[in-house]
Amino acid sequence: MRATDLTLRGALDALDAKAISSVELTQAHLDGIARLNPRLNAYITVTGEKALAQAAASDARRAKGEARPLDGIPLAIKDLFCTAGTRTTAGSKILHNFVPPYESTVSQKLLDDGAVFLGKANLDEFAMGSSNTTSASGPVENPWSRANDPDTRLVPGGSSGGSAAAVAARLALGATATDTGGSIRQPAAFCGIVGMKPTYGRCSRYGIVAFASSLDQAGPVARTVEDCAILLRSMAGYDAKDSTSANLPVPDFAAACARGVKGLRIGVPREFRLDGTPPEIAALWDQGLAWLREAGAETVEISLPHTKYALPTYYIVAPAEASSNLARYDGVRFGLRVAEPDSDLRDLYERTRAAGFGAEVRRRIMIGTYVLSAGYYDAYYLKAQKVRALIRRDFEEAFSRVDAIVTPATPSAAFGIDEKQDDPITMYLNDVFTVTANLAGLPGLAVPAGLDAQGLPLGLQVIGRAFDEESVFAVGAAIERSAAFDALPGLRA
Amino acid sequence: MSLDTATIRRIAALARLRLEDHEVAQAQTEINGILGWIEQLQAVDTDGVEPMAGGSAVALVAAPLRVDAVTDGGQADAVLANAPDRQGEYFGVPKVVE
Repeated sequence: MRATDLTLRGALDALDAKAISSVELTQAHLDGIARLNPRLNAYITVTGEKALAQAAASDARRAKGEARPLDGIPLAIKDLFCTAGTRTTAGSKILHNFVPPYESTVSQKLLDDGAVFLGKANLDEFAMGSSNTTSASGPVENPWSRANDPDTRLVPGGSSGGSAAAVAARLALGATATDTGGSIRQPAAFCGIVGMKPTYGRCSRYGIVAFASSLDQAGPVARTVEDCAILLRSMAGYDAKDSTSANLPVPDFAAACARGVKGLRIGVPREFRLDGTPPEIAALWDQGLAWLREAGAETVEISLPHTKYALPTYYIVAPAEASSNLARYDGVRFGLRVAEPDSDLRDLYERTRAAGFGAEVRRRIMIGTYVLSAGYYDAYYLKAQKVRALIRRDFEEAFSRVDAIVTPATPSAAFGIDEKQDDPITMYLNDVFTVTANLAGLPGLAVPAGLDAQGLPLGLQVIGRAFDEESVFAVGAAIERSAAFDALPGLRA
Repeated sequence: MSLDTATIRRIAALARLRLEDHEVAQAQTEINGILGWIEQLQAVDTDGVEPMAGGSAVALVAAPLRVDAVTDGGQADAVLANAPDRQGEYFGVPKVVE
């Protein structure tokens, strides 16, 4: 087996068995990146020398019997996580030259556990997008293509498109990602890999470039459910630097993957049966539920009556918070500055922000500014917060009857890089199945479950109770075992 | 409700985004499209509903207060390292006061 085809769990075992060194494992990934990244554009920055130095240090620790939980594992880090001394762009021109003097808590925890960082993964600008086409560093290509139309380049999904494409193409064993409305789960589904958005508060947001602070949550993408569980254990945990970080113990998520689903009650929300959902996705959903029944679970129809209001609620709350968070990019303290010789301070702000932000980011800042402006706050923002409370209540009632909820991950398979660009709302609809978990603060996992007629991966989503990622992993692993998804993308190391 | 061009310009000014004359019409179309779509929320009965502030799934989790003490500082070089116009120990900006 080639080193890049190992799972993260398999690589840890191979490192333990001295079948491979971290330097060899890291070099194999760097070779793959050198060959494929010019086409896929999954990485914005590759830190090969640092990676090899980290790998050599890891091999030395392992030789002394001091190996840590992720020692020597090469990962991609979404370019939204601040990495000390390594440029962090958030996919934006306005941060094109920003070199953080500090490390995000999540990436520091991964380093503390021995991980090797291959580089910074591409993303939609400020994590705003569902196609990775809004990045100032250019679009990412999905390593998968349609069997009957192999020349059309497809999106990897977004916003964590670089993370998902890198993992699917064997350019990393796993990656960090973030999810505000579906940005871990939708790209994972489009790229045929697993993505886990944990409960809000499970991972510290410290040092992650902020988009919408009440929705943003970090999580892993990897090629198996167990690999995601291993990564999340290292990423999660209380952090005094994030006042919304949950002060709760971090369970052994990987152990939960083997629990099975016997006796679990699985909710099937009737409002997720949308008109216009492709029959293949509806069939895959039914198949997933049948697998879970065969494994000993019971499936129960439930109702989440406010589901149809989730996306419009999100497109008030998220832009409102974004307009506030992105006020800091002013051309004064860091990042891009654009000014004319006669610019006053206000003109400097306005020119810098117009030149530094892309079209989608400017659009969301404008929407957010409007819904928070005097006279409109109650009609939009306060109303959305109330509907958000109702969406959370829907889940509370459902989880009094069921242990987990299973739905499709996305309303379609990956689409072409030039498709769905005409109207912002068409793009927003990508997150129709994922966004409710963000609004309610709940954990959600996407797991590949099958292929569509064109040979593209399709995923199912598992949503769990707050801080019950273990049940989510148990159900996800059960789907993974039954699906036995072993299809491979055309482009891979 | 549909926003007129004066309102679009006012929002851009509030957001400190320079908007060129030829960009106003497109911004107006897009923003009105999105606002028209989110208008459907007005149909939801939210009487007596407490608004959800913050992202916690568990309404009872309160943010802890930390000790009110200085825990960091003296890092002017790190703070200024990314400044587009560093002037000694300060961020440089265009003249504000004559």
